[in-house]
Amino acid sequence: MPDLGRYATEVLTAYGVSIVALAALVWLSVRQARRVRRRLEDVEARRRAPG
Amino acid sequence: MSSLWEYANPRKFMATSGALLPWVSGLAVLCLVGGLFWGFFLTPDDFRQGSTVKIIYLHVPAAIMAINVWLMMLVASLIWLIRRHHVSALAAKAAAPVGAVFTAIALFTGAVWGQPMWGTWWEWDPRLTSFLILFLFYLGYIAMWEAVENPDAAADLTTVLCLVGSVFAVISRYALLFWNQGLHQGASLSMDAEQNVADVFWYPLVTCIAGFFLLFLALVLYRTRTEIRARRLRALLAQERTA
Repeated sequence: MPDLGRYATEVLTAYGVSIVALAALVWLSVRQARRVRRRLEDVEARRRAPG
Repeated sequence: MSSLWEYANPRKFMATSGALLPWVSGLAVLCLVGGLFWGFFLTPDDFRQGSTVKIIYLHVPAAIMAINVWLMMLVASLIWLIRRHHVSALAAKAAAPVGAVFTAIALFTGAVWGQPMWGTWWEWDPRLTSFLILFLFYLGYIAMWEAVENPDAAADLTTVLCLVGSVFAVISRYALLFWNQGLHQGASLSMDAEQNVADVFWYPLVTCIAGFFLLFLALVLYRTRTEIRARRLRALLAQERTA
């Protein structure tokens, strides 16, 4: 860990919040994609089923 | 030679983006993690800014991408308006949350850096103010897609919003040249070597910019694929309801 001196709080806050924001964006995108994909597969399977 | 318009075909887009995504995502992680690690751990403090100089590895790439994502959305929206290709409208929709997060990061890291350097978290400076307005435009754009039920009408209305918001995207970029006042300093990156940051900061900064760009590309491809699937899902459900 580098010595951040008297600005350690500012630097670590900037990095912490930004990395959490980017991770949340990726996680929400993946969650939404999985949900839509599952629903689409269900509907397509239902339409393919006989009867 | 194949035409760019082939990718307006959802099937072609899905095939191509599916093949590209693992490579773009891998490169994005490599550049972003590598660039941030390099900037945070391996660069010295600045003689005036101290360790706060490390914030530029987040602030500058996020700010550059915030403006350029909006301009990408403008181009995609205009393609929708002129040629009525659904994939381009969906790509603009997919890009908006990514741009909003980049803008929020630029605003937040700017404020955190500004407090010790300028003595204030916020100032109604031309660049800061136009950036805040750009952020509000992003939120408005996302809200409009959610609020309008008919997807084609939503794409038309958000295109108009995108056109208006582009004024603020351009102002955000050139505010310093237009007004030549305010707290915000000039560009950290320049073609003029005299104005550029020192090499020791420049190389990790460029790596981080590449990382942010590749992350944006990966997310837009991924989210556009989701939007295409959601559109097909809506169409199938509508068919079932009318059958």
